This record gives sequence, structure tokens and C-alpha cells, in this order.
Amino acid sequence: MATGYGRGRVSVVGRLFSTFLKHSKTGAGLAVWAGIVIVLSILVLALFAPFLAPYGPEQYFGNLLPPGGAHLMGTDRQGYDVFSRVLWGARIPLGVVALSTVLSLVIGLPLGLLSGYKGGRLDRLLVLIMDSVYAFPGLLLAIAIAAVIGRGLINISFAIAVVYAPTYFRVIRNHVSSVKQQTYVEAARALSIPRRGIIARYILPNVSQNIPVIFSINAADAILTEAGLAFLGLGFPPGTPDWGSDISLNWQVFDTAWWATFYPGLFILILATALTFVGEGLNDILNPLLRKRAPPGAEGR
Amino acid sequence: MSDLLEVRDLSVAFETEAGRVHAVHHVDLTLPRGTTLGLVGESGCGKSTLGRAILQILPENGAMTGSVRFDGRELTDLPEKELRAIRGRNVAMIFQDPMTRLNPLMRVQDHFLDTLRSHEPAIEKAAALERARKVLADVRVPADRMGMYPHELSGGMRQRIMIALCLLFHPTLLIADEPTTSLDVIIEAQILQLLRRLMSEYDMSVLLITHNLGLVAQYSDRVAVMYAGEIAEEGDTVGLFRDPKHPYTQGLLRSVIDLDTTQLYSVRGTPPSLLGRPQGCPFHPRCEKRMDICQTVDPSIRLVGDDARRVACHLYPEGQHDRADS
Repeated sequence: MATGYGRGRVSVVGRLFSTFLKHSKTGAGLAVWAGIVIVLSILVLALFAPFLAPYGPEQYFGNLLPPGGAHLMGTDRQGYDVFSRVLWGARIPLGVVALSTVLSLVIGLPLGLLSGYKGGRLDRLLVLIMDSVYAFPGLLLAIAIAAVIGRGLINISFAIAVVYAPTYFRVIRNHVSSVKQQTYVEAARALSIPRRGIIARYILPNVSQNIPVIFSINAADAILTEAGLAFLGLGFPPGTPDWGSDISLNWQVFDTAWWATFYPGLFILILATALTFVGEGLNDILNPLLRKRAPPGAEGR
Repeated sequence: MSDLLEVRDLSVAFETEAGRVHAVHHVDLTLPRGTTLGLVGESGCGKSTLGRAILQILPENGAMTGSVRFDGRELTDLPEKELRAIRGRNVAMIFQDPMTRLNPLMRVQDHFLDTLRSHEPAIEKAAALERARKVLADVRVPADRMGMYPHELSGGMRQRIMIALCLLFHPTLLIADEPTTSLDVIIEAQILQLLRRLMSEYDMSVLLITHNLGLVAQYSDRVAVMYAGEIAEEGDTVGLFRDPKHPYTQGLLRSVIDLDTTQLYSVRGTPPSLLGRPQGCPFHPRCEKRMDICQTVDPSIRLVGDDARRVACHLYPEGQHDRADS
């Protein structure tokens, strides 16, 4: 990755950021920026819900009042203000997505490094397990796990994390098994760098460009999985503001009161799309196979 | 005092999908202290594998048998932990392709810190950097290169840095695997001059692995010629170049061109595949002096003449068997 001739410390994050800026005028760069702006705005809405929402999430007004006037998005079957619930309801999806993607990274990354570096029987076993998990339909698996371990933010996040861990595992493992053939890894062995050091400093940084892409694509998918679980009643206690649960409560009256289903659904769509933009854009930027010829002077080698 | 490095009956085989590849076949080698041994042969004759086997850094699918004694210690039975203490510290190795031997995401000084800390976990950063500066000065690399990334440096500079990394612990043996192959002739000469100077300064012995006969003639005390994983001939450099005994060595030396060359000579045929060995002498299909026995019996290495020359060829009578074991 080009860093020009900077002599200072350039962290991986810094490097990513500079690559990023360089692409900010291309389509991929725009997609990333747009996605990030949308995700951050929703995050701000969720964090400041107490100040931004006109009402509390469980404040009664009268059932299924249409949008307009005091209720921008109307009220739902329970008589709660939909706009306020959409803001409050962003907290759980965002929390679950953050926790589950981090958890799946924590599971998938070390196993992928280990499997790819050690190879042999351990590798075959881990690949078999991860592939079986991967082959399972994601939502179905999450339902099964959630049904066993129960509800709650952490349990739901864990169920979703299990579904996405194999994507990290697969990508990291395959990349590690090619990076470990690199001649600088052999040179490091010849200098007696211990195995842990080789993995941490010679292999991990050289496969790390995969992580942001999988991270954001998984996050987009996790939003949908969380909504699906909540819709099926495997989410949170009734009344908890959550987009998926709200759809589940109101979809039967869609014909008469579309707004109570539509707005939570719209926000799920926006958030999932924004995260997909980030992921796909990053993929275009970071994956050298997809990247068209870099602009002159951008390649530092 | 015993010799610095004694390799006895060393064989290395790789398990591949196509079958077993015998990269090194019953090799005996001795490297006395303070000397340079040139190991020459065509590409794929097993010379690099031999270097890696000495350091015990073969790829996972490689298996070795035989004995490697370094400084009186048998390396093949040592546990990994003790091997790690020797590797990089007492025996160091530099490779071909210096362009790709440094981690592209680590600055030069981080390579030094990493290597030093691997052997001396308690070392202070300032002290480590000081030692790095000292060895870099020894290989004539300006100190301002410490903060650079490998892609900012030329191939010659990177090879000097690799050498400096090897010198951190004053190794007694340096294995140089085609150290100058991808460098241009001027840089090549500089690197080799550097190695020669460091040899005396650091009191190092060198195993110089190369396909370049000129280099060997100039820089090594003894030469071992490898063919198809075996030592074909080994002897004093001057003697061997003046009077090669093995038909393969003779062919190899005839194929060197000089200003008087009017016709290009090359050894006919191609080296055998090391997938399953041919019967008899591995060189017999290409040999101009082939006899009947060559097709059935692999010649053992034998002393020829009186200058400690060892040749694996049926042309010479088998006198006293000089293999240490069996």
C-alpha cells in the first residue's frame, strides 16, 4: 500500500485512511463515505434518542393515529409514537450488530490465523466445522442458537456471531496459507523469530486488509438477521423498542396503518444498505484484483 | 578441535502430490572453522534444500534423515527450543531474492528490534537500536535507513540489511544461499567483498550456495559439486578447478565461457527428475564416459588422488571408503 515516502510511524489505520482519501473521488470512495455518514447519523440518532425523540418509547397516545401533526410517523397498535420508537429502536440493532461483528471477529480471526499457519489435521478439522456452520442458513442457525441460549442482547449477539465467524475464518485462513509461503516469513524463521511473533507481526498485518471489508458486509447482514430474530419473537421482551419487534407487532394491520410497519422497515433498509455501501466500497478499494490501475504516483513500489 | 559443521549421510525427501521427491541424497560434507565451502550445482539439484536442512527450517512436507553436527552438537535431535537459540544466533542464513525477504509492513529498525527481542527478551529498546546501528555501520548502511520501509530501499541495500540482521549475534556459521543472484554485478561484487571482510572481522565460516562457478572460484576454499541431490565431487578449489575428476564437473567447467570461447559447450540432456531416483549413477544418462556399471550401481563417494579430493564416479577405483559412519 502506498504511503509515499513518509518516514514517520504509519499505523495500519493511518494507512487505510490515506488509501481511503485517495479514493474519495472515485465511485467506491463515494460509496464508502456515504455509507459511513449514514451509519454515523443513525448512531447519533440512537445515542441522543432521549433528547431527539419527541416522546418516550412507551408513552401512550391512542392507537394507530395516522402520521401528521404531533406524530410525524403516526402511532402504532399500542398507541406509542412511531417516530420516537424508530429513534429509540435503533439502539438495539446497532448494539447487537456492533457486539456480534466484534464477537465473530474475535472467534474467526484467531482460528483462521491458527488454522492457516499450522495446517495439517487441526486445519482440516477447523475447516470442516466452519464449513458446516457456513453451509447452514444463517437465520435458521441463529434461531436455533437463540432458542437454546435464550434472549437478551448478549445472547442474540452471540447467536449472530456464530453465524458470521466462518466468513472471517475462511478468508483469513486462505490468505494466511498463502502469506506464510512468503519468503520474508522463511527469513524470519531463519532468524528464530518465535511462532507467535511471526503470526502477530509478519502474517497478521499482511492479511489485515481483509478485515474491514468482511466486517462491514457482515454488519449489514447482521442487521437483517437481528431484525429477523426479533420479528420471530426471539428478540427482546415485549415493549422494548426495536425495529424488528415493532414490525412483528404491527405488520398484521399494515392494510389500515402502513406507517407502523413501514418506518421501522425503512430504517432497517437504510442501515443495511449503508453498511453494504461501506463494505462493497472498501472491497473495491482494498482488493487489488478489483482495483483498476492506480492513479499515477499512487503506487509506492 | 572438531570441525565447525559436519553433515553425515543427510537425506531430505518431500512428500508431494506427485510423489516423493528426493531432494538431498546421502550427503556428507565438512566445513572446518574459518573457511568457506562453495556448494555448486544446477537449479533444483538440492543445494538450497541442503542449506535449509542444516538450519532445520524445511517446509512442513519435508523429512530429513542423517546427522548434522554443528560445533560438536547434534542438531537433528535438539528440541525446537534449543534449536531456536542456535538459529539466527550461531548459525545464520541469508537468501536469494533480498527484495522479498523483509516484511513489507515493518520498518528496518523493527526487523532489528524483533530479531534482538526474540533472543534477548529483556533487551532495552535504546540498547537494541544501538546494536542495530552498529551492525548496519558494519555492512555500510547509513543510519537514516533505519526508519524506512523495505519498499524504499534497493535490492543491494536490502541484502545488506539481511546480512546485518544475521550479524547481530556474531554467528560462527553463515549459510549464504545465492546471496547475489538477483543483484547486478557491481552490487554482487560489493556484497561479496563485504562478506569476505566480515568473515575475518567476525571470525565466521561461510557455506556459499551458488550456481555461479566464478564466485566459487574466487571466494571459497573448498568446493562441493552437487548433482541430483548427491555430492558428485568435492575438493580444494584450486585443485578442483585445475583438474576436475568427475565427468559432470568436467562438463560444468567446460561450459563456463571466457573471451577465448568460440563454441558454447553445454552438458547434454537435462538433470533427472528427483521424483523417484533413476537406477545407477544419477548422471549416467548424460555422461560421456558412461560404462555398464554406471547404469546399475550408484557410485559411492571415494578419495581420489592425494589432495583429499572426493569423487562419486566409477571411473576411479574405490580405495579406502572415507565415509565416517557405516
